[in-house]
Amino acid sequence: MGDSSSDDENAWVFYKDRPEWKDVDPVPQDDGNADIAAIRYTAKFKDVYDYFRAVLTKQEKSERALQLTKDAAELNPANYTVWQFRRDILKALNKDLYEELEYSQHIIDEHPKNYQVWHHRRVLVEWLKDASKELHLTELILNDDAKNYHAWQHRQWAIKTFNLFENELAYVDQLIQDDIRNNSAWNQRYFVINNTSGFTCEVLKSEIKYTLEKIKIAKENESAWNYLRGLLLHDKEGLSKNETVTNYCEELYSSGNRSPFLLAFLVDMCDEQVSQGGGDMRYTLERAEELCNSLANQYDKIRTKYWQYMAEKIKNKAEGKSEPSPPSDDS
Amino acid sequence: MAIPIKDIKLPEDSPKELLLDKHVEFIKRYGKSDDDYEFGMSDYLRMSGMYWGLTALELVDKLHILPENDVIDFIKRCQDPETGGISACIDHDPHLLYTLSAVQILCMYDRLDAVDASAVVNYVTSLQLPDGSFTGDKWGEVDTRFSFCAVATLALLNRLDAIDVEKAVSFVESCKNFDEGFGSRPFSESHAGMVYCCLGFLSITGRLDIVDRDTLAWWLCERQLPSGGLNGRPEKLPDVCYSWWVLSSLTMLGRLHWISAPALKRFILACQDVETGGFSDRPGDVADPYHTVFGFAALSLLGFDSIKPVNPTFCMPQHVIDKLKIKHQLL
Ligand SMILES: [Zn+2]
Repeated sequence: MGDSSSDDENAWVFYKDRPEWKDVDPVPQDDGNADIAAIRYTAKFKDVYDYFRAVLTKQEKSERALQLTKDAAELNPANYTVWQFRRDILKALNKDLYEELEYSQHIIDEHPKNYQVWHHRRVLVEWLKDASKELHLTELILNDDAKNYHAWQHRQWAIKTFNLFENELAYVDQLIQDDIRNNSAWNQRYFVINNTSGFTCEVLKSEIKYTLEKIKIAKENESAWNYLRGLLLHDKEGLSKNETVTNYCEELYSSGNRSPFLLAFLVDMCDEQVSQGGGDMRYTLERAEELCNSLANQYDKIRTKYWQYMAEKIKNKAEGKSEPSPPSDDS
Repeated sequence: MAIPIKDIKLPEDSPKELLLDKHVEFIKRYGKSDDDYEFGMSDYLRMSGMYWGLTALELVDKLHILPENDVIDFIKRCQDPETGGISACIDHDPHLLYTLSAVQILCMYDRLDAVDASAVVNYVTSLQLPDGSFTGDKWGEVDTRFSFCAVATLALLNRLDAIDVEKAVSFVESCKNFDEGFGSRPFSESHAGMVYCCLGFLSITGRLDIVDRDTLAWWLCERQLPSGGLNGRPEKLPDVCYSWWVLSSLTMLGRLHWISAPALKRFILACQDVETGGFSDRPGDVADPYHTVFGFAALSLLGFDSIKPVNPTFCMPQHVIDKLKIKHQLL
């Protein structure tokens, strides 16, 4: 827990009562007169920040100022000025940055959704030109919250900047096994492949196989279906002509499955064939209308308007008309 | 396989009417009670807090209950004479987030004359990087949120010409994912908050043509859960602020009617605090000005008569945008 003096509220000594700070005049915050979104400061907060403003004004880059930034950061880790001044002091005093790296892990662990603590981390890694601890750190954070946006952002940055792609697909696979609906992990899968092998024919084939296996486990999984669409963006033939995919979808449909994502996929296959032609008799205007109807009235009622729109859009395409206009009552 | 969808259940006794007067009291009083120590606004984001509160008040025609001059005076004192940027609080470091909030407030009062507007323009311009992206301050990180803040600020000042718009657009375009959503940086997971920022950016720069309108609108519609609320990513809980981001995005795309408006209304109204006033993220949580303004704004887009029309791109009263003749594109 960082600095021992700030651990225990009872043992807390105000800066104004510390003899070693006697030479400094605290600088209070000027809040103006505006009577909205007023700020309430606790006595401790006010004390720490009054002294922080004082050292900042004087640009005092000392050991005691460094300690003070720690107290200030712990009271409000979102204060970017505190972190910037802390970095200035670290540099001026030529401090051991590996020690700081450890401290930053502790504070990220306490405030994993804070922009500034992650930024501090990134600057340290850049200074050290050493990202050897970043995968481990982000894994710790993702263990608690597998969708933490900051952790994923930091991880992608470290991987890309320091070329740490090697074991990433295995990690992603592990996460997907833990939670098949983890959209962040599916996104990371795309990131890794796009930046390594690329979506070549073989990769596309094996990725489609992988994804269909995952859909088999959870058929109402938006993330996997979206990923499948993403994969087929790389298929020159489009969405509706990959036999592995169409056969899989048709089998699933025949087995009685009515996942809205399956039906939506079939609708889009019909849409593609109706507008581009392609001759697959399974994907026709009539089929699209039937699917849209069942989505609108039974399987995805909350998005009725969208399915009605899709039915009309495909119909218009079949008849060579342009897209339907939105209803005039609302919007 | 029956994996329950991640969602909430609206409590039976949830409020079903809009408690307008209570919300006005809530905003007026916010930050003035001792209870607000824990949950209250922090100084580092006060300017945004003022923007949320004042916008909420103006949307229900109650802006006059607070003294305008104190607000204007506060903003004046938050402009940094050196860089031209505006900070969250007097003598803090300027940041793009608070610069936009301040400019939005000034537009509402029609008092852009109160700050040095050309210095603001210089500040925003100084934050554009060679690849077209923006950082939030001179030390900070790149994020599509800042691309939005930059062009929104400049558009309100009628100075979009001051930056390289073409490069800015290509950076935002590079953050578009395979599911047609947008993330904070290239390859970052799609996230409704970033989708709003990127669509807002494209609305302001007149480049909504770069998105596949219907595919993205469908992804946005998929954010609606059985409770009626909208989430920000697959498998996340619904939240009033995400409801606004998704709804405003759909409005920019001209597809507001694709979601179930009655279900969303029910969800948002259920997030009101009957005792204190104000809206929270989900029913039963602590209310704050942030979720209150987004609750109002979302209800406004859904056509609530007692709330003034809101502009989906700027999250400001429509009459302000009309009066200043701010150009932007809506589909
Ligand atoms: Zn929220």
